Amino acid sequence: MRAILEGSKAVAEAVRLCRPNLVCAYPITPQTHIVEELSRMVAEGSLDAGFVLAESEFGAASVVLGGSAVGGRAYTATSSQGLLLMVEVIFNIAGLRLPVVMTCANRAVSAPINIWNDQQDSVSIRDSGWIQLYVEDNQEAVDTHIQAFRIAEELMIPVMVCMDGYVLTHTVEPVDLPEQEEVDRFLPPYRPKYRLDPDDPFTMGAMVGPEAYMETRYHLHMDMMEARSVIRRVAEEYAESFGRYHGGLVEAYDVEGADVVLVSMGSLLGTMREAVEELREEGLKVGLLKIRCFRPFPKEAIHDALKGVGVVGVIEKDVSLGLEGTLCSEMRAAFCGEESPEISSFVMGLGGRDITVEEIKQVARELAADPACRVEFRGLKEELLRGDEG
Amino acid sequence: MNEEARRVINLMEPGHTGCAGCGQAIAARLVIKAAGPRVIVANATGCLEVYTTTYPRSSWEVPWIHSLFENAAAVAAGMEVTLKAMGRYEGIKIIAQAGDGGTADIGMGCISGMFERGHDILYVCYDNEGYMNTGYQRSGLTPLGARTTTSPPGRLSYGNRTRKKNMPMIAVAHGVPYVATATVSEPRDLMRKVQRALEIEGPKYLHILVPCVPGWGYESELTVELARLAVETNLFPLFEVENGVITKVKKPKETRPVEDYLRPQRRFAHLFRPGGEEILDELRRIAEENSRLEPGPVRLFGPTGSKS
Repeated sequence: MRAILEGSKAVAEAVRLCRPNLVCAYPITPQTHIVEELSRMVAEGSLDAGFVLAESEFGAASVVLGGSAVGGRAYTATSSQGLLLMVEVIFNIAGLRLPVVMTCANRAVSAPINIWNDQQDSVSIRDSGWIQLYVEDNQEAVDTHIQAFRIAEELMIPVMVCMDGYVLTHTVEPVDLPEQEEVDRFLPPYRPKYRLDPDDPFTMGAMVGPEAYMETRYHLHMDMMEARSVIRRVAEEYAESFGRYHGGLVEAYDVEGADVVLVSMGSLLGTMREAVEELREEGLKVGLLKIRCFRPFPKEAIHDALKGVGVVGVIEKDVSLGLEGTLCSEMRAAFCGEESPEISSFVMGLGGRDITVEEIKQVARELAADPACRVEFRGLKEELLRGDEG
Repeated sequence: MNEEARRVINLMEPGHTGCAGCGQAIAARLVIKAAGPRVIVANATGCLEVYTTTYPRSSWEVPWIHSLFENAAAVAAGMEVTLKAMGRYEGIKIIAQAGDGGTADIGMGCISGMFERGHDILYVCYDNEGYMNTGYQRSGLTPLGARTTTSPPGRLSYGNRTRKKNMPMIAVAHGVPYVATATVSEPRDLMRKVQRALEIEGPKYLHILVPCVPGWGYESELTVELARLAVETNLFPLFEVENGVITKVKKPKETRPVEDYLRPQRRFAHLFRPGGEEILDELRRIAEENSRLEPGPVRLFGPTGSKS
């Protein structure tokens, strides 16, 4: 069904189509419209799920943990400070191998407090053991949520769908919502490999010392590595069923023979596509690489996509303070021990600052002129840096 | 192994690594025995979790989960709502359990949320009056004057400076329909309270005083005796509150002076040296207050419109 919907409402519709047994959340901007819409569905009886309004994001994450542990399909959504408040539980959910699905409406983190979009929140918890998928537009958000439950439940690994706050959550776009029967065929009821049940008592979350802790972490790591093929396969199966494909792990665009390839995650790719087309018209051969799956990190897929490329610019809305953009570091690590392109870090758009087509084109032009690897912030206001204002 | 040999003797099996004389181990075994096998337990981080589930062994013959220190109430809430939504809740009881730190300090937010939303959960606090799992530090339920490793007596200190946070009344103020206290010297009373609680739909709060051998500093054979003395000195009153009304107070047959309870415990030894008298007087006043506890409505006021 074709509908014109705000991103948040589209996500809520996708979640409803996945027939969760438990939805739990605590409001935080810009995630609120998702949970408001789910609340409305529960109130009108169109979403038949356990529904809990928690006392905090920490509580919300703990509630979905409990729901998942008894064998329910559990969903929550948060953003920024909320995600950071959840962090202890986030690690725990992954360690307990519970296939929770969460939306992160990406937003800057405090201080200074800022409610606008960047990706510092989810990028900061990349080591928690959650699969992280970043979506470019609202159609991909809908499709990726439906895929997320399949991936999570097959692997018993939680999945976080990251969508840019406001840019996607509050933007009205036409989206194709699949029919319920189609989703039911693609996503059968959750059959947990283990669950808490008085008919078959089972201890979950035991104390594990040095004699076995490391092996449990190794298993999770290896399963995360394995997840790459599952994510790719599920995206392909989704394309077969629904006719839409947004890339498996990465998506390359005009990369072959490109002088410069720009890399990013999330909604910025839309702006970047426009910049690349304009640059091509100007005669500069620029390609794009969209990182859809940030964890597990798709090292081989990146290799394959960037074969023969000499210059890469990573544009990202997060920064590992004291180093560079995090995605850039990881891109570099992906070429460890092999011939690597020059990979530069461009930190842009923090705290909701606009990134224009022209700024992206400028990055590409400069990289084409001078490929030397560097770390730069772009879009800074000189007058504020000098202290003339504020 | 044949069925006979595998037969469950206790729902919390022996062979765990709790200290000799552990009051909490006694209480936890009684709670689960009273609750029966059709329960699911969410257990907070703490001694009980560590000594009953050290991998690869487990004492639990019921489904049991440990997530974190401060979220047992929220994990239990998620289980209850989900089982109900899936139509699998019939005949199942859910227990969340934690120590005093996991309850009255770090777990307070999740507990308050669980109480306020009215989940059908029995929450059990095993109160040994300090962070015993990490080496006897002070909690919000450490009694006045007690020595802990973070409230040591010294030139400027007579031990812990504050009274115990009143957890049962905090539960009552949430409108929790059943709130009770218990201890290990009254095992039948304790088990009856668990069973009574599980008959009631909605949140329930059971606060159990559990003496701790190394934390309190006493001989391990005195656990039950000290629990009895806590009640007989009125330092730990046993009562039940249903729908905002104190329905039962289990008065000691004979009231003993507070010193009888305090003297056998090294955590109070400094109170019997010069200068300790002021704290002892305050503890006597607390016991005296507790001794006046009678059945009747709990007097709460405020915008929540308590049921008293």
